[in-house]
Amino acid sequence: MRVATGMTGLHYVLHAPQGDTYADLLFTMIERRNHRPPVTYTTFQARDLGSDTANLFKTSLQDAYARFQPEALIVGASCTAELIQDDPGGMAETMDIPVPVIPLELPSYQRKENFGADETFFQIVRTLAKPVARTARISCNLIGPTALGFRHRDDITEITALLSDMGVSVNVVAPMTARPSDIARMGAAHFNVLMYPETAETAARWMARELDQPYTTIVPIGVGATRDFVAEVAGITGVTPYLDDSRLRLPWYSKSVDSTYLTGKRVFLFGDGTHVAAAARIARDEMGFEVVGMGCYNREMARPIRALAKDYGVAATITDDYLEVERVIEALQPEMILGTQMERHIGKRLGIPCAVISAPVHVQDFPARYSPQMGIEGANVIFDTWVHPLVMGLEEHLLHMFRDDFEFHDAAGPSHHGGHAPRPGAAAGPAPQAAPSPRDISEPEKTGADIIWLADAERELKKIPFFVRGKARRNTETFASERGVARISVETLYEAKAHYAR
Amino acid sequence: MTELPRLPTSGGCRDEPILKQRGQREVFCGLTGIIWLHRKMQDAFFLVVGSRTCAHLLQSAAGVMIFAEPRFGTAILEETDLAGLADAQSELDKVVDQLLARRTDIKQLFLVGSCPSEVIKLDLSRAAERMTERYAPSVRVLNFSGSGIETTFTQGEDACLASMVPVLPKTDERQLMLVGALPDVVEEQAISLLADMGIGPIRVLPAPRSDTGLGIGDKTMFALTQPFLGDTHAALERRGARHLPAPFPFGEEGTTAWLRTIADEFGVDDATFERVTAAPRARARKAITQASDALRGKSIFFFPDSQLEIPLARFLTRECGMEAIEVGAPFIHKGIVGPDLDMLAQGPTLSEGQDVDLQLDRCRDARPDLTVCGLGLANPLEAEGLATKWAIELVFTPVHFYEQAGDLAGLFSRPVRRAELLDLEVTA
Repeated sequence: MRVATGMTGLHYVLHAPQGDTYADLLFTMIERRNHRPPVTYTTFQARDLGSDTANLFKTSLQDAYARFQPEALIVGASCTAELIQDDPGGMAETMDIPVPVIPLELPSYQRKENFGADETFFQIVRTLAKPVARTARISCNLIGPTALGFRHRDDITEITALLSDMGVSVNVVAPMTARPSDIARMGAAHFNVLMYPETAETAARWMARELDQPYTTIVPIGVGATRDFVAEVAGITGVTPYLDDSRLRLPWYSKSVDSTYLTGKRVFLFGDGTHVAAAARIARDEMGFEVVGMGCYNREMARPIRALAKDYGVAATITDDYLEVERVIEALQPEMILGTQMERHIGKRLGIPCAVISAPVHVQDFPARYSPQMGIEGANVIFDTWVHPLVMGLEEHLLHMFRDDFEFHDAAGPSHHGGHAPRPGAAAGPAPQAAPSPRDISEPEKTGADIIWLADAERELKKIPFFVRGKARRNTETFASERGVARISVETLYEAKAHYAR
Repeated sequence: MTELPRLPTSGGCRDEPILKQRGQREVFCGLTGIIWLHRKMQDAFFLVVGSRTCAHLLQSAAGVMIFAEPRFGTAILEETDLAGLADAQSELDKVVDQLLARRTDIKQLFLVGSCPSEVIKLDLSRAAERMTERYAPSVRVLNFSGSGIETTFTQGEDACLASMVPVLPKTDERQLMLVGALPDVVEEQAISLLADMGIGPIRVLPAPRSDTGLGIGDKTMFALTQPFLGDTHAALERRGARHLPAPFPFGEEGTTAWLRTIADEFGVDDATFERVTAAPRARARKAITQASDALRGKSIFFFPDSQLEIPLARFLTRECGMEAIEVGAPFIHKGIVGPDLDMLAQGPTLSEGQDVDLQLDRCRDARPDLTVCGLGLANPLEAEGLATKWAIELVFTPVHFYEQAGDLAGLFSRPVRRAELLDLEVTA
């Protein structure tokens, strides 16, 4: 689906039960896409089981073709449909659809999402890409970016600019942004830039073999990796290596005395293999951290990550069980975690700062602003992202110096972290204000001082979710004082609620 | 506002023809019910027996909640489990052993069926029986199906509650049972209104804990608080309990009619009813009037999602002045939503089931002022210039009874007000 949604002019017909359409909302909500993913589900139900599901599939395929008129179709089965053994590929073949129909075999009980994307893209390329004459100018394909990829959108922009500076143009970006007709002309490029091995390595190998296109092996995340990538491209193409680093700020920021406190910060790395490998190099060589552990969840990358971990003298954690990751983190007690959405939660629970370096991620990591990971600007973005959650150096000193100060102690945490405020005791009355703002000072206890909350109203108030409780309390007190009511009962609470209803 | 008792609008919709369509459905499966049920039943654990897809669904649907040590999980079927089914049973035993050893606070364990487990015919009911014997008396093990091939979204709650009914102890007490999982604050409001009229004893299904001694028998009257409880309704009647059919307690009118039905059954006189309901009714009306300003005269289109659509359309058309174009529901159980259909004026298309592309065509043609739909459709429709209200929130937010009536109208008016507020187009 990540491949199909990344592309246009391609439609995916998925043999799947009702309910599997939940996957749509990953694209419409997390990635905030403004159209439905180009996927038709057969949505079979219990009463359809038997021969009927095969017909259902055929009808869905026919309808999808008629409605969307795609340049090509892909067909596959979800985990449940795999069990009922209709053969989407075989059925599609008998149907005379006038565009290519590409069957997918995705063993969902053995393999996972990244394999699915890699295999899907490979099958599409294998079916559609043909040998064609090379472009006159030196050009390449950017392969690997998909829908729901971590910063894929901006990485494409960054790498396109970097290559353009060297005089290399981009032929096709795929799967993201490509149409099936674009896949057909991929052979015109002189070489391939393999941006994300997880999602395009199989296709890259096939094109190297069948279309005689070499592919890059270095992923340009971090300053050193970007320079090496430039050298690798120069080696493949024979153009002069060139990198415009006039906007590159990471090296100087990292050298400046302000960053001295970063030295030897103990970090733990986890995510997909590619991003972890890149992050390890940045962490050690460009930020001066000490890497105390690393791992990945995609076992396709287990071998390279194990080898890399050995180089760094640490143990590799290869697992897709977040509880195991949590155990490792707890044992290592790093000062910072670089990981995925899950590690962010682990970090929050253990009180360890965390920055996100890899999918899976939530909606906040599909930002509106330009934020690549690759190339020059990517390095700048990474510096900011990683440093931000750490306690700033000066503040760290102050925390040590005033260790026992009543409002400046360890448990108070750094000022720019949420979630460290001491929880109000369960039995406490009015919730204490976290930090009195000037407005609060100008109206000291104006509302609430001479108003009494009756016990049952107080109890009722506690039932209101905590994040709106403060507002409910203020509104009710304002409402009561405006009407000269001195004692707030459950009635008053709801009278006020009705009054402020919007 | 007209005074009660309001007569049904002429004819109502009960006997209107229903458009039934089959095709691609854009809905959740019943597994999602677990997300709110596990908050409600505090000593229960929900173990889904399914694939990575099921685990992924719960993870995306539950958002960040999955890391708050939730009381649900997925036993993922691996390829080896598919080969020999005998293994699957002993694998399951092993997983449950581990789970119950780690979480000794669990008193009820639900084995939840999914599409893969249904298709390979993994017998979870036998597993549940075997485990009930094994862990008796400390843990009770039940099973139900939340698979997409059998259940749609809120039907998961129905399947779960229905699985609990046969094992409830028998009681001869004349009692009122409120059926449906509600937020605590709402449930307490309902109970206090009924108790103030002298109605009791009042029990709730699902009970917050398994040891509350909830029983059932011939003298049990039950009222549904949610419209999606068809199987539970049938299971309760099989145990001899009697259903009190009423409109659902959405809005002032719905809440009053719902209370009135129960009050009549329990012989509450008009004066008492008036004394208890007058103040909250007035509050609810006032709140609705304020919150529904933006909604008056606007048209609304419902995609099927939760089965709440018919009662909500009734509330929005009668109390907020909206005009319904189409009211789609995944299932229409006339024995349950009949009273709401009676009150819904003729006019809107009633549709059951879905062929999402055809329904989208109808929606685009109608260009409603507000479209109620799932998250997979909301942003794409917004991008086409249609204001949407995503439907899932209606299940997670407290919206029942008087005190929430204003909030309920607010949920619908917010997107309409926002659409009017934002000025993002390039001006010439």
